[in-house]
Amino acid sequence: MALLEITAISKRFGATLAVEEVSLSIERSEFFALLGPSGCGKTTFLRLIAGFEVPDNGRIIIDGTDVSGLPPYVRPVNMMFQSYALFPHMDVAANIAFGLRQERMDRRRIVARVEEMLALVQMSDYRRRRPHELSGGQRQRVALARALAKMPKLLLLDEPLAALDRRLRGQTRLELTAIQERVGTTFLVVTHDQEEALSMASRVAVMNRGRFVQIGSPAEIYEHPVSRFVADFVGEVNLFEGELTTKSNGPALAVAGFVQAIPLPPDTELCEGAVAALAVRPEKLVLSSSLPNRFAIAAKVSSIGYLGGGSIVHLTTEQGRALKAYLPGSAAGAFGRGARVWASWPPENGVVLTQ
Amino acid sequence: MTGLGRLGRLVLIGVPFVWLALFFVLPLLIVVRISLAESVIGIPPYTPLFAHDGVRLKLHVTLANFALIAGDDLYLRAYLGSFVNALLATVLCLLAGYPIAYAIARARGARRQLFLFLVMLPFWTSFLIRVYAWIAILQPNGFLNEFLSVLGLISAPLPLLNNQFSVELGLVYSYLPFMILPIYGSLSALDQILVEAAADLGAPPRLVFLGVILPLTLPGIAAGSFLVLIPAIGEFVIPDLLGGPDTLMIGKVLWDEFFNNRDWPVAAAVAVVLVAALAFPLLAAQRFLAGTRAA
Amino acid sequence: MTSLGSRSWFCIGALALGFGFLYAPILLLVLYSFNASRLVTVWAGFSLRWYGALARDEAFRSAAATSVEVAAMAASLSLVLGALAGLSIARFSRFPGRVVFGFALLAPLVVPEVILGLSLLLFFVACESWLGWPSRGIVTISFAHATFGACFVAVLVRAQLAGFDRALEEAALDLGARPWTVLMRITLPGISPALISGWLLAFTLSLDDLVIASFVTGPSATTLPMAVFSSVRLGVSPEVNALATLFLAAVSLLVTLAAWLMAQAERRRQTI
Repeated sequence: MALLEITAISKRFGATLAVEEVSLSIERSEFFALLGPSGCGKTTFLRLIAGFEVPDNGRIIIDGTDVSGLPPYVRPVNMMFQSYALFPHMDVAANIAFGLRQERMDRRRIVARVEEMLALVQMSDYRRRRPHELSGGQRQRVALARALAKMPKLLLLDEPLAALDRRLRGQTRLELTAIQERVGTTFLVVTHDQEEALSMASRVAVMNRGRFVQIGSPAEIYEHPVSRFVADFVGEVNLFEGELTTKSNGPALAVAGFVQAIPLPPDTELCEGAVAALAVRPEKLVLSSSLPNRFAIAAKVSSIGYLGGGSIVHLTTEQGRALKAYLPGSAAGAFGRGARVWASWPPENGVVLTQ
Repeated sequence: MTGLGRLGRLVLIGVPFVWLALFFVLPLLIVVRISLAESVIGIPPYTPLFAHDGVRLKLHVTLANFALIAGDDLYLRAYLGSFVNALLATVLCLLAGYPIAYAIARARGARRQLFLFLVMLPFWTSFLIRVYAWIAILQPNGFLNEFLSVLGLISAPLPLLNNQFSVELGLVYSYLPFMILPIYGSLSALDQILVEAAADLGAPPRLVFLGVILPLTLPGIAAGSFLVLIPAIGEFVIPDLLGGPDTLMIGKVLWDEFFNNRDWPVAAAVAVVLVAALAFPLLAAQRFLAGTRAA
Repeated sequence: MTSLGSRSWFCIGALALGFGFLYAPILLLVLYSFNASRLVTVWAGFSLRWYGALARDEAFRSAAATSVEVAAMAASLSLVLGALAGLSIARFSRFPGRVVFGFALLAPLVVPEVILGLSLLLFFVACESWLGWPSRGIVTISFAHATFGACFVAVLVRAQLAGFDRALEEAALDLGARPWTVLMRITLPGISPALISGWLLAFTLSLDDLVIASFVTGPSATTLPMAVFSSVRLGVSPEVNALATLFLAAVSLLVTLAAWLMAQAERRRQTI
């Protein structure tokens, strides 16, 4: 039985449909990420699971129990808030103990559990501090410890890394995954940062305008997006819009401005004339100064952005179309600004999108 | 507050609701009812609402009190006098208060908090005592007259007390903080960027003030003006302590009517007319403030 | 707003004149409370005789005791009523009579005191003739003060609630606390600066009130302002100078304390 079973829930605020007929199933001990742009409804979705909003229809079942109509304080779900929401008038230990006190747990057991949690997030020396005396990263750990203290069946995390600076983010990402593995709790993270989602989760759902657009592993989402939105939202992409046509050597896409049709992956199954898009990830583009013996696009290097381990090369084609290529290491050094290059890729490295 | 329960909500809202209904709304309704009664000797000193004349219940109301007020010149002058005095005090408070608010808004950091605190502190000390202090200053053998006499500027004491001057002074003195704080609020919310933009576009300081700062602080000015005007109209202590025999303000008239003449129905009628008269500035205030807030 | 440079003379002048105007009468009072002579104009040397006279004055002493008693009761009532009212208005956007309620919460702040006093007295008189209670005195003054005090407290509570992070309440609910617990353990502590300063404000307002108390009082209850008023109607009284100084000192101390407390709480909140 899945831990979290959501069946066709919807939530409307006035005229806006924030969440539309969404269904989801999450297994025990999964690290699941819900990814989407701001305003897509992911926070509303989270709040529906936590119990702060009541769904207009549909059901939420946690570990076999229908919690759809239950208030937040009886659900076996805990949430780590984006702003951490640490109680300012209590110290770290009291914050962590708060949920346990509501359960009327035995005093000694509370103390033991609090110590356990403090050790888990490495904040044992800070138990007497007040929230305003802690740094952002420290507050985040306390918030996590507080949310895990009650051993909830499901932990909801609302943009857990958003308030942290870049270095701390990377570090915290690792810690979160480590803790999740150790504790075994099912995590549901909501974020707009696709790097966060792809690196931490074992499964990702991409959400847009109240609906789930694609659910899959991070690799599936990235390598095989099912729609233009997913291809564009997750990572960088080069998109070509056109119509399907068949050439002598296989399916191709007739795109306005290109004399030749662009070759598509050989196994593409579509009818002649169908409207589709081809998505090519920047790292799949191969740049060469001489014409390669496959389909290639002539372009000029407009700028090169050095990223440390590689470079993003921005190209402009003769028709004025912008392309992005990612070259690892120092390979981009071979090209200077204004250089004329040929951009090509093996046809099977593109993804055909019909949505 | 999710899930507080019907009973919880009822208590939370109901308790203050009932209290205010009982101790604010109901008393005002009783004032209206008594303004329609006649004065009698007895306890209570007014006629009952319903009288049983042996056959059936009759509603005993009269508009005689209102007729009295309308007919007697004294009341009209008192209403007008109150309004004029309050209006004058408001203008003076504005002229005195705006520069002070401006100066505070210009101060930096901790000094600002200190200045605001110093503006508010007199408000927290006894109103009565502060008004009384002016008696010691303004009376013929008071501080100010002695001071001027010692300097040789006057030969006989100036009549500074028990007249229009002292009443206005008292009003301005008491209500000045209520003008300063809202104006300061507006000034501190003013985006400095706008002032700089105006200066950058070539406007001289006077024009920056008249064209940018003043219009944008209009909400503060309006709020402050109403906070001074409306209570000042019904002010009693200041005209009583600092005013003279020809100081006619409606608050004092109401008090005299009640305590000295023991005419409760007339006092009630005076109150009803006063509330009605205040309704206009109150509604104007509400509309103006709602409009500026929406803007 | 930062400075515009050359206008500083104007500002210094405005502040000097402004604060001078506000504080000169008060400082004069304080000064003359130590004046051995009764007259304002003659300085006869430093003396504490008026403080002594004040301490021995039975009428003032009992009036002060009455005032403090009334103020404490009124402030406490105001706190409860005002907190409930502030919470209601801030948290419930729809309930029957909300508009009237909102109006009734603000009106006592602007309606002239003579009208409030008159209406309350007429109300108490009507109550007495119908129910035989209350007889006018300390109880009626306390109730009257509690009514307008509650409105002030409600304003402060509303303002503080507006800046209150509701995520804290949600976090508490999420951790298993029932709504009542959230109110008691999270919300009220969270608005404690407003509650404390509200009590102090209501206390001060009650202590300072003359008009309303005069209307609703009974034969046995004289408050301090009433005693002062009857004293100063006859002219300058040096005992009142002494009283004024003591009062000022006490209030300044209390207000400074309250302001410091609020600044502390604000500092704690800002860093989160």
